[in-house]
Amino acid sequence: MMGFLLAAVFKIALVMGLVLLAVAYLTLLERKVIGDIQVRFGPSRVGPFGLLQPIADGIKLLFKEDIVPTNADRFIFIFAPAVSFIPALIVFAVIPFGPSFVITDINVGLLYVFAVGSLGVYGIVLAGWASNSKYSLLGGLRSAAQMVSYELSLGLSVLGVVMMTGSLSLVDIVEAQGGNWYGIFPKWNVIPQFLGFVIFMISSNAELNRAPFDLPEAETELVAGFHTEYSSMKFAMFFLAEYANMIAVSALATTLFLGGWQGPLLPPVVWFLLKVFGFIFLFIWVRATLPRFRYDQLMGFGWKVLLPLALANVMFTAAAILILA
Amino acid sequence: MEWALFLTFALLAGAAAVGMVLQRSPIYSALCLILTFFAQAGLYVLLHAQLIAFVHIIVYAGAIMVLFLFVIMLLDLRPEDHPPVRFGQAGMLLGLILAALLLAELALGIGPRIILGSQGSYDLETLRMLGNTQAVGRILFREYLVPFELTSLILLTAMIGAMVLAKRRPE
Repeated sequence: MMGFLLAAVFKIALVMGLVLLAVAYLTLLERKVIGDIQVRFGPSRVGPFGLLQPIADGIKLLFKEDIVPTNADRFIFIFAPAVSFIPALIVFAVIPFGPSFVITDINVGLLYVFAVGSLGVYGIVLAGWASNSKYSLLGGLRSAAQMVSYELSLGLSVLGVVMMTGSLSLVDIVEAQGGNWYGIFPKWNVIPQFLGFVIFMISSNAELNRAPFDLPEAETELVAGFHTEYSSMKFAMFFLAEYANMIAVSALATTLFLGGWQGPLLPPVVWFLLKVFGFIFLFIWVRATLPRFRYDQLMGFGWKVLLPLALANVMFTAAAILILA
Repeated sequence: MEWALFLTFALLAGAAAVGMVLQRSPIYSALCLILTFFAQAGLYVLLHAQLIAFVHIIVYAGAIMVLFLFVIMLLDLRPEDHPPVRFGQAGMLLGLILAALLLAELALGIGPRIILGSQGSYDLETLRMLGNTQAVGRILFREYLVPFELTSLILLTAMIGAMVLAKRRPE
């Protein structure tokens, strides 16, 4: 019992530490990549190649004055950043990083991910409401509508994978993707479930509130949206949550569609991290490339295009499984 | 261990439910309700019903309550608009009687079946072999297929009804 507990605590500490470190350096990566895309340098003054920039940012944010607006709802205002940050971290509990490296393998792992993921929206909505500011409120309202709408397509897009595997456990899903088709193509779900994969990527981008779906914080119209009134570490928490979510979604996409840690030659954990890095790069690339949606376009696209496509994908997959079985 | 967890979740669910009724601010009421859902989900996990637990959180805490909050925020309901509800003596008495009736009904309706009723074909060992989700799926789509489909039809009807009512233009 003691040994089991110690092992669990050690694994949790390792994963948390790595995720937080990755989050810090993800901010630098994003600024560097976007800088490159826009033909400028990005941060380069603090340390060699700007490598100490995240640390400088962290220290700066810690020492900034912490402001709570007079008319804000104090309790919820302080509570909201934590609500936003905690779900982003506990998603990693069920992600398999390697053949035997997973914190816990529960038989409804995928549902756990969605249950936890659906809570992140509370942080944003409550922050928007508690700030008692019109920009914040509008940002919060937008994010509530947007995230509930795209959660449907997100949930439906992975049903194809679940049907093909016959299990909700993420470990089972990765193990089912081992081996090759015709000795060349890896048995990754992205090949038979390509439509599901595309829907998953678009919806998860919307769930992350990142460009082109960053309407809750659209700076050209809402100042900064739901976090307009936040400062200091509470402000930083929202950003940490966004980047942690980005890593979580990339890890989930890797697990569901790209065979998780499966891959030849290199050690499994390296494969896993490489794939996750690829997805993160894709998210940054999309942000630097695409302009923001208009609100009606966003809703129309979610309900009239993605949702029917996701439903069609579920029906088609079910029919294909029945016919091929 | 199990008892300690059960007591924690049960007390939390009860306290949050009471808090939801007594809170004056609609937002805090909604938050209390969300807390109740979490405590309930904890109870489901203790009963080895992981599927129900997480579906409960996804559907109620993740979707329905977000829409509740959305509406509360959209209408900008403030505590001042809602003077605290006052119950007269008669109202209190009636409430207590109704609560007692409900409790008795639950005890009579469910109690005997749990204690005396025959055991179903799914005990913990079979569940572990079969998987929680698979077992629920089997029962739902074999034994209860018709009620299940009927329920979905009712939901569909309600949805269409809501759309028709919302879209109707006043002449």
